[in-house]
Amino acid sequence: MKRPQLKRPALLDARNITRLYGPNQGCQDIDFTLHQGEVLGIVGESGSGKSTLLRVLSGLEAPDEGQVIYHSTQQASAAAGSATENLDLYAIGEARRRALLRMEWGLVHQNPRDGLRLGVSAGANVGERLMALGQRHYGDLRAAGQDWMERVELDPRRIDDAPRTFSGGMQQRLQIARTLVTQPRLVFMDEPTGGLDVSVQARLLDMLRTLTRELGLSVILVTHDLAVARLLAHRLMVMRQGRVVEAGLTDQILDDPQHPYTQLLVSSVLTP
Amino acid sequence: MNTSGQDSQYSGYNFAYLDEQTKRMIRRALLKAVAIPGYQVPFGGREMPMPYGWGTGGMQLTASILGANDVLKVIDQGADDTTNAVSIRTFFERVAHVETTTRTEAASVIQTRHRIPEKALSKGQILVYQVPIPEPLRFIEPSEEETRVMHALEEYGVMHVKLYEDIARHGHIATTYAYPVKVDERYVMDPSPIPKFDNPKLNMSDALMLFGAGREKRLYAIPPYTRVKSLDFEDHPFEIQAWDTPCELCGATDSFLDEVITDDQGGRMFVCSDTDYCQNRREEVA
Repeated sequence: MKRPQLKRPALLDARNITRLYGPNQGCQDIDFTLHQGEVLGIVGESGSGKSTLLRVLSGLEAPDEGQVIYHSTQQASAAAGSATENLDLYAIGEARRRALLRMEWGLVHQNPRDGLRLGVSAGANVGERLMALGQRHYGDLRAAGQDWMERVELDPRRIDDAPRTFSGGMQQRLQIARTLVTQPRLVFMDEPTGGLDVSVQARLLDMLRTLTRELGLSVILVTHDLAVARLLAHRLMVMRQGRVVEAGLTDQILDDPQHPYTQLLVSSVLTP
Repeated sequence: MNTSGQDSQYSGYNFAYLDEQTKRMIRRALLKAVAIPGYQVPFGGREMPMPYGWGTGGMQLTASILGANDVLKVIDQGADDTTNAVSIRTFFERVAHVETTTRTEAASVIQTRHRIPEKALSKGQILVYQVPIPEPLRFIEPSEEETRVMHALEEYGVMHVKLYEDIARHGHIATTYAYPVKVDERYVMDPSPIPKFDNPKLNMSDALMLFGAGREKRLYAIPPYTRVKSLDFEDHPFEIQAWDTPCELCGATDSFLDEVITDDQGGRMFVCSDTDYCQNRREEVA
């Protein structure tokens, strides 16, 4: 009988990450481990350092102190086969880091316009990462584009339309398709449902939950919306003034908050 | 290159207009460009006595490599007798006192805008291109800082985004000029606004190709016998233009044709854009 894997291998280690723009501006002493297939939510008020932490973790900004260790299983070296390789994100050099971002990782921006190429069609947007990986067959690229548009519930007949003719929610779906097309192992999301109305948010969340489960994605999700966190995240970190004040399972934190700030956060949620 | 300092017929001008220090600086940049085929080398571009966009980049390169014994040919859209070609040729006749020609095979240096001569170039010849926009990635990535990193790390996936978009919109690759190429399997390069008809002539050419962009102060090169491949898709391979009719003046079927409007009644004819090639063929027949 096949048993579920109980102790999942670690995918990403953050070790004492500090990135400060001024006293208490940024994030300090962040320490955690993300496991394979896990969705980690980072919540907190604006200015708490969530986005800074995400930028450091996703390779966009070097930390003042600390390390980001990624456990890569992709062709570590020809001889090693499928052995894992521990990559220190800021020690491996820019070429390797950018290759990692392009192939094994994905980044979903809060504003889809930041993540899309607005000058080219939806199909070209979805195909870009595949082309960067060296795919040079137009028919295959187009088929992949249509397949992914369907998976994010966009009409595949609109493959040649410009992203600016899409609504905000559709642009966000397109951005997600464009990121997931290369089947990354780790995806960073910065407020993926920000700026969308409630019914569109609900459908997008539903879709994200299905996709992460189907693809076995690991996700680091930054949000200020506790409802989004409850729906998507397995585990939560609550941040305040650049530090993690509480961390644990999502239900545990939201139903039984221990830290006064978390208690305040949970009690501030509006219920209609 | 025996550039003798002061034998210009106009006193006060140095041989070939530019001062010797500037020429030296450009030659150093050219050596670097030849050593790294397709790589854009910045250089200290000088003001030339004409506006940007008229070929100041090409002229600075020509001035730097020209020697007293060189024979110069200048073409504009393939023609030796259009304004740009005539004025640049006259300029170098005056300030460098070099021999000029319209015959492709007789020239040792050919400065060109928009075309490569139809007649195959031979060993020892140098082709100097006037380049308006040297950066092939610019249309898709406007940041200069970013494009340099992309070149350094060989991140050229976005070039195919442009070609993909062409096929999605027009059903075929609609880029007909400044068609991007990969030089020696390393750098993606914009071959200046030559028609894609001329792209195959870049591959394994016997001649040295130099590219100068005056406004952007960059130069790059393709040394002789370098592999140059036009980018394409597996199921949409690179193709050059073809015409239904031969040249109406010389009957050539293998040259790049220009459409010339002959009256206001809709009359038009197709003729060779390379005037020297067309002229030679007509003389052979006669």
